[in-house]
Amino acid sequence: MRIGVYICHCGGNISDVVDVKKVVESVREQDGVGFVRDVEHMCSEEGQKYIIDDVKEQNLDHIVVASCSPLFHEKTFMKAVEKAGLNAYNFEMANIREQCSWCHFSKGAATLKAIDLVNMAIAKVRLDSPLERNKLPIGRKVLVIGGGITGIQASLDLADSGFEVFLVEKEPAIGGKMAKLSKTFPTEDCATCIIGPKLADVAEHPNIHLFAYSEIEDITGYLGNFEVTVKKKPRYVDMEKCVACGICADKCPVKVPDEFNEGLSMRKAIYIQNPVAVPRKYLIDEKNCKRLLQGGKICGICEKLCTQGAVNFDEKPEYLKFRVDTIITATGYELFDAEKKKVYGYGKYTNVLTALQLERIIATGSSGPPLRPIGKRIAFIQCVGSRDEQIGRENCSRICCMYATKLAQLLKRLDSSRDIYIFYTDLRAYGKGFEEYYKRAQNAGIKFIRGRVAELREEPLTRKLILTSEDTLSRKIIKSEFDQVILSTGIVPAVSSEKIADILKLARSADGFLQEAHPKFRPVDTLVDGIFIAGCAQGPKDIPDSVAQGSASASRAIRLMNKGIFEVEPIVAFVNEDLCDGCELCINNCPIKAISILDDKAKINEIICKGCGMCIASCPKDALDLRYYTNKQLEKQIEAALKTKEKGDIRILIFADNTCTYRLADNIGTARLSYPTETRIIRVPSGSRITPKLMLYAFKAGADGIFIGECDSRASPFTGSVEKIRENVNRVKGILEQEGISGERVRFSELLASLLTDFYKNVTEIVKLIKKDLEPIPDEKREKLWEIAQKELFLEKVSDKDD
Amino acid sequence: MTEKFLITDKNEKLIEKINEISGEVVTLCEQCGTCSGSCPVVEDMDITPSNMMRLAELGDEEVLETKTIWVCASCFTCTTRCPRGIDVAKVGEALRQIKLRKAVDRMDIKDIPEDERNILPQLAIVAAFRKFTG
Amino acid sequence: MKIPYYPGCTLKTKAKNFETSAIAVAKALDIEFVEIPRWNCCGAVPSLSDDDLIRHIAPVRNFIRVEEMNQDGIVSDEHRIVTLCSMCFNTLKMSNLRMKKNKEDLRKINDVMYLEKEHYKQDVEVVHFLEVLKDIPPSKIKEQIKNPMPELKVSPYYGCTLLRPKEVGIDDPEDPLIFEDLLSTLGLNVVNNPLKTRCCGSYQVVSDKNIVSSLVYDILTNAKKNEAELIVTSCPLCFFNLDRRQKDIIKFHHNFEPIPILYFTQLMAILFGLNEDAFKFEENYVDYKDLFERKELASK
Repeated sequence: MRIGVYICHCGGNISDVVDVKKVVESVREQDGVGFVRDVEHMCSEEGQKYIIDDVKEQNLDHIVVASCSPLFHEKTFMKAVEKAGLNAYNFEMANIREQCSWCHFSKGAATLKAIDLVNMAIAKVRLDSPLERNKLPIGRKVLVIGGGITGIQASLDLADSGFEVFLVEKEPAIGGKMAKLSKTFPTEDCATCIIGPKLADVAEHPNIHLFAYSEIEDITGYLGNFEVTVKKKPRYVDMEKCVACGICADKCPVKVPDEFNEGLSMRKAIYIQNPVAVPRKYLIDEKNCKRLLQGGKICGICEKLCTQGAVNFDEKPEYLKFRVDTIITATGYELFDAEKKKVYGYGKYTNVLTALQLERIIATGSSGPPLRPIGKRIAFIQCVGSRDEQIGRENCSRICCMYATKLAQLLKRLDSSRDIYIFYTDLRAYGKGFEEYYKRAQNAGIKFIRGRVAELREEPLTRKLILTSEDTLSRKIIKSEFDQVILSTGIVPAVSSEKIADILKLARSADGFLQEAHPKFRPVDTLVDGIFIAGCAQGPKDIPDSVAQGSASASRAIRLMNKGIFEVEPIVAFVNEDLCDGCELCINNCPIKAISILDDKAKINEIICKGCGMCIASCPKDALDLRYYTNKQLEKQIEAALKTKEKGDIRILIFADNTCTYRLADNIGTARLSYPTETRIIRVPSGSRITPKLMLYAFKAGADGIFIGECDSRASPFTGSVEKIRENVNRVKGILEQEGISGERVRFSELLASLLTDFYKNVTEIVKLIKKDLEPIPDEKREKLWEIAQKELFLEKVSDKDD
Repeated sequence: MTEKFLITDKNEKLIEKINEISGEVVTLCEQCGTCSGSCPVVEDMDITPSNMMRLAELGDEEVLETKTIWVCASCFTCTTRCPRGIDVAKVGEALRQIKLRKAVDRMDIKDIPEDERNILPQLAIVAAFRKFTG
Repeated sequence: MKIPYYPGCTLKTKAKNFETSAIAVAKALDIEFVEIPRWNCCGAVPSLSDDDLIRHIAPVRNFIRVEEMNQDGIVSDEHRIVTLCSMCFNTLKMSNLRMKKNKEDLRKINDVMYLEKEHYKQDVEVVHFLEVLKDIPPSKIKEQIKNPMPELKVSPYYGCTLLRPKEVGIDDPEDPLIFEDLLSTLGLNVVNNPLKTRCCGSYQVVSDKNIVSSLVYDILTNAKKNEAELIVTSCPLCFFNLDRRQKDIIKFHHNFEPIPILYFTQLMAILFGLNEDAFKFEENYVDYKDLFERKELASK
């Protein structure tokens, strides 16, 4: 074995704090190290060339690069390693920048830690074996969930590129929320006019199968092999026969509030969603139709009147199954339920309306008497349901400042005697043409008051509203009467998105929207290969941004499918068949059911397996392991982390999950926050990889404390990992307490990459506790813990099951 | 006359003191004005509650000399509605405490007219003394 | 049911009518208020500074009394304290929450009170009488009504301390219904007042009664706009402000018609047909008797 080790100076970022020469000297002496080089900038072309040349000239077979975070340059270096002729997985990195030189200011301690970190990487690389990325065939079929503007855009891009699209929309017609708008900002295009051609294109496109009024029942499988079950809800109207003449609706006796008009008008039980709906077919609302509710021969007027014989009360839901290769989730958004903000009296006060209701009033304005009369003095209240901790929605909804500006201008243009006020906290006019549009509104005499409205009260006789707000810019309190108050409600995650996320096991961000794989570089990918998200399902945005994401997701899907094959990440679980006795304990421990039994041995489905490692803790025979993060590799890393510990020192091992905690630790370094140097971070795909046995091994090897960090359950790409870690940690705590050692030495926390203080708090607390409050663990106790780990860990577990 | 505000180290110290006593972080205030709109006694104050938060955020000692902090009735409406989750009532209390702890009482029992003293419920007197004296 | 009862200073003197009516009403509903022995003043307003722990001693001492009551068998397994005065409720509950949230503070307080027999173990729950009434089946309350008054238009006034801050409140601070529900169960015509949760001015009445007068004027006029004939409340200070300050309001607004204010337990006592001693009206400034005579409702 000849390992090549590269220590990067990073232009001073590392070498200003870490004594690179010392690191080089120490590394030279390690077993298996054939060559060491220190470089100013390893990531540069020069650095990469070194790898390629040195592998040849120095006969190297494994490479370690000690530099910045692997989350930065891992892929770059892996490519260089491959170019040099080695397998990309015979390569390791040591993070001596974000997790060392940037977060520790004491040069001596930082250098010692850097040496340890490099040795840990060397210990792991010694046991690296070549891994191949499996190549699998992939077809050209895409499922697009959601027929709003985003889903429509994605579908058209894919269909035009020759891919086959299955578009599923739960409403009776496609077009989403955009179809309800009057005009769009900042150009004031008529929404229905510009979306009309797109709807027609979708309906006519030979490559698009449109399933309107349908829902996703279930999806199983994986990239290249998704099995989709769609439920086509019964319309009770035969789509082939219906010509949308409307006679049925004319005579239908049942009237219900029209959801398309936000409850401002009535529709019949047999109806068409809106006059320009695509597909242009009627349907019967089964919750309100007399015949469907009461059966027998009741009513049935529509059936009698229909000249095409299209009405069919016996229609049943239809279930369709088909296979697709990739999926795009464009399930859109919902608007905040204004009734929840009780101080504004929506639902109680007649003259308080939502912005979407105002859109409908304006959009239908030319076709008859207004849905609601709008008076002269109008107030818009911004940030209803956004930026508000009292109702639990902290995010900004992005579109409300602009849509209110637009609605105000439209109202003013319809009647120039109107006096319109927009009460805002911040005016966010960030996009192309937005600032200019805002200026136009001010030019038209619309008044922008910087103050968040505290409360509304209704005058019982006139039903006008008394609005109380501070104008923070003049510091005066406004308490005046308005004819109507329009609530600019914010964007919240759709219930349908939640349902799809559960089926597809997609992660959610802290704000409840679907989580993208990487906030900067992979905005429409998810952490599940083959599934993409786009539009407001991923977060609040306006139409151009939604359309951009629709196209982006189509292009990402095409990228995967176009070559006809795709590569599978090889970091998956594997079974050592010599040790496996077919006990089947692991099967139920995989939350995505990637383990099955074949010929009395456990078998991993490598395509589904996500490589979390959660199953490993359940195997009594140590037969399960994880490639690239094997038990032996982790044991060796732990040993290397603790090797330089001196008497009186303490060491805390931090097992950081790749998605959140490791990233968070990097962010702490980037922010130059300092935390104790007694810590050593070990990267794992998921905290659930760390079995109780490994934790006890760590204590035996000299660790004084363990901290495991994992994404919080909504953001985690690994289902069930948080519960599993908790189980593992409680196990170990129990064993420690049993031996008279404080259970506080093991700590687990759910973290999010954005919350620096959480990581910082946890780490400083555990170090303080162990340094100041606890007695050091005697060596005999450490040995005892390891004995328990080897003999009794599973005895206990099996008997738990019997109880 | 417009005013000048000079930034010095004293400002940071005052902000720290306010944060310490109130347990809140005053710099979280985004100046939305909800507290002012919600305050039932705002019309009797010389500066609005959000202005009070502004001066607190800047660490401007002037805020301690206002009538506002003494007119507050601790009704907590501001706290209940603050979209940033700040307990504004506690910030007001911290400002009062900073003054009171300098052994300067805001109220004296002799100031209460006798006929009032006879009819006031004890509750009111105890509460007023808790709030207005050190 | 026997429940530990914390009166607070005002209920024993200026607001004695609140206490007597409440005890009588409770008795009619089979609830016995057992006064906490050696109770002390709670402090009237909760301590709002994070750094002065000493103000929590007074409330915690009362909690320790409750534990002692359980131990001495005066009550059995009853760890709730019921209060009538909204401000006592708020003060006690805020202290209790602080003790529950911060174990270090609790430890310090227990240390300082080393002369006490017991340590406070954080198991007391502070409740307001309205919450206790909520748990009684409505039929039981209705049974006790001997003097129904379905035409009496009553508006509840919550004030602040019953509802805010959110963690202390007995109901939603923006749209509470607990008081209205009780009044409906009592068969009254409940009238809404959008200012039912607006502060009355509280202790500002001591230093500047004009602040209170203008606030009370708004509250009362809004109730009257909605046709309220009577306002009920649960706090001696709110009572004082709403009742007594009507004298000052008339000075500024000559057309102001006074509106009677009662403690809700006084109203319940009248409805239950209890002995007049039970509801002692001498403390009221605005006369209620006219109202009842006009409606031919009161039996006494």
